[in-house]
Amino acid sequence: MSMNSEKKRLTGATVLLEALEKEGVDVIFGYPGGVLLPLYDALLDSSIRHILPRHEQGGVHAADGYARVTGKVGVCLATSGPGATNLVTGIATAYMDSIPLVVLTGQVVTALLGTDSFQEADITGITTPITKHSYLVKDAREIPRIVKEAFYLAGTGRPGPVLIDLPKDILATEVEPLPADMNLRGYQVPSKGDSGKIVEVAKALSECRRPVIYAGGGVIAAGAGDVLRQLAEKASLPVVTTLMGIGCLPSVHPNLLGMVGMHGTVTANYAVDDCDLLLAVGVRFDDRVTSGLGHKFATKAKIIHIDIDPAEIGKVIRPQISILGDARLVLEELLNTLESVESPQVADWWDRLRAWKNDHPLRYDKDRMTPQMIIECVGELVGENAIIATDVGQHQMWTAQFYPIVKSRNFATSGGLGTMGYGLPAAVGAQIARPDDMVVLFTGDGSFQMCIQELATIAQHNLPIKIMLMNNGVLGMVRQWQKMFYERRFSGVQFQANPDFVKVAEAYGIRGIRVDSLEQVRSAITEAIKHPGPVLLDFTISPEEDVLPMVAPGKPITEMLGR
Amino acid sequence: MLHTLAALVENHPGVLTRVAGLFARRAYNIDSLSVCQTDDPELSRMTIVVHGDDQVIEQVRNQLNKLVIVHSVTDLTAESVVERELALIRIQVSSETRSEVLQTADIFRGRVVDMGRTNLTVELTGDGEKIDGFIKAIRPYGLLELVRTGKIAILRSET
Repeated sequence: MSMNSEKKRLTGATVLLEALEKEGVDVIFGYPGGVLLPLYDALLDSSIRHILPRHEQGGVHAADGYARVTGKVGVCLATSGPGATNLVTGIATAYMDSIPLVVLTGQVVTALLGTDSFQEADITGITTPITKHSYLVKDAREIPRIVKEAFYLAGTGRPGPVLIDLPKDILATEVEPLPADMNLRGYQVPSKGDSGKIVEVAKALSECRRPVIYAGGGVIAAGAGDVLRQLAEKASLPVVTTLMGIGCLPSVHPNLLGMVGMHGTVTANYAVDDCDLLLAVGVRFDDRVTSGLGHKFATKAKIIHIDIDPAEIGKVIRPQISILGDARLVLEELLNTLESVESPQVADWWDRLRAWKNDHPLRYDKDRMTPQMIIECVGELVGENAIIATDVGQHQMWTAQFYPIVKSRNFATSGGLGTMGYGLPAAVGAQIARPDDMVVLFTGDGSFQMCIQELATIAQHNLPIKIMLMNNGVLGMVRQWQKMFYERRFSGVQFQANPDFVKVAEAYGIRGIRVDSLEQVRSAITEAIKHPGPVLLDFTISPEEDVLPMVAPGKPITEMLGR
Repeated sequence: MLHTLAALVENHPGVLTRVAGLFARRAYNIDSLSVCQTDDPELSRMTIVVHGDDQVIEQVRNQLNKLVIVHSVTDLTAESVVERELALIRIQVSSETRSEVLQTADIFRGRVVDMGRTNLTVELTGDGEKIDGFIKAIRPYGLLELVRTGKIAILRSET
């Protein structure tokens, strides 16, 4: 006993780090502070790599980017009070998109809890609505159990962020930890779907004439892209995806009709509107897809909803058949069951879909430098393993429309919360997670300035991220709405004092190149790719570029502007 | 319509906040809520009366079930249940009205638990309607103070 304790003094901090190592954590995105001193001291003796962002928000988005491109649980760490509250946007981002995170926060010593002490914030209270679960550790002996539970909760079922709040004395105290026995009696993870219902779905599929698969982030989370592709190919089923579902089928796949919803393709929206069977997998009928008009969405269709979260079924749209389960397991069983039924007769349907595709392709002017052509050009040049991160706004929608994402987990974008500032730190997390793959960030001058400080993190670790900045000097998406729906009365969207972003990059020791003509585009992108380190390409684009087509807010998805 | 839900939840600090917060942010209306530890000290039982159509109630149940601290949720509405509320009611009395008030309390099977010179306090259990009825009956005498618990409910045996 005494030999042992002489060999290694176990504190809350060391027990925590050992528990994290047991969960396979290789990197933490963390920012230190007063109450975390015991943990940062112990971190020096741990195998876990520590990445220091320049703002806690950067840390949590980086952990999110790490999680999205690996499927593993991302881990971030911040000190009490302002450190913790700076995480809130990132936690909400992950929660909305069902991204698994374990968020560690320092807390004031237990004796001071609730006394408005220095740097105290009730972070478990603040984050209750945006976490899957949270813990305030009151007994250091329970750390192994809590960590194990947190990772299990974050990564299973419908993934999401779990927060562990760690008072300083809990981290500093010497402790004999209790075993890591999980006690989650109130938590069930659906796995296989109901076989009877899967047979029902197979029958409905074989009898329908105008089927559409509507695939979302749940397909990516479940690793169900491959089986979805097999299913689509076997029964000639057309597929539309949500923003979060991008990558579940290769962009060039003949069965893919594109993204559905507000800035989706005309074909995808027409197909959903006209289909007689909608197979919804891992989606939540978000208002950016349905226009908030559940009652006018896919009204001719028998709707089948497959999801792992029982609360999503019937939340927006009441399906005729619902299957609770893991998308991969359900689709695998459905694929097998389809062997015993006739494939649907969909030749006429495909004729119609092809005609729509032909009449309403995504398009843009080729005679000037447009964001769309920049995005397509990057897609041509970087290869299919590249990871694409985006910020939020026009450039995000153009990327969703025009970038050829070929694989699951190669696309990191804030869908549900729509968090400007997400992209740059998410690219950091993605590059740390997958050092051998190229990471490209598409961003705008609005979003970019919301977490621009992370250029320092990129420089410090020489992360070879290629930043494609669509610089139009305005908040483009808001401006587009003011242009279309507020008679061009532009309010609060003009950046009258943008910095010189090339010089900003250079100030951080990052290569910067300005691109302001069509002729330079290809060579600048080629140069950026060749350059071994990080590069920022500052593309000067017109503020008049619009994201089209577009469903006006509150209109049914067939009524698209810019068809 | 009103639904009565019985939820078994973990008996930890913060659990009530999680449940109440869920109702608030999803805009579900809690009519009443009562909660106490069960014979298993790890668990509490909540009886939640909530207003909504079947679809809303299904969402409430599903969302409640998603909370890690919620072990189970049962809708008792369609079931055969015994349900009770408890009320403590202080009523103004004078020498003229005292006996009428006592009689009224007696009719409703109330018990006088405290008595002053000008007021008395009645304890009453029953379903919500009975308590409403009693309050209506004694209001003319002068209702000074009223406390009611939320509803608690238990399934009837199957015999």
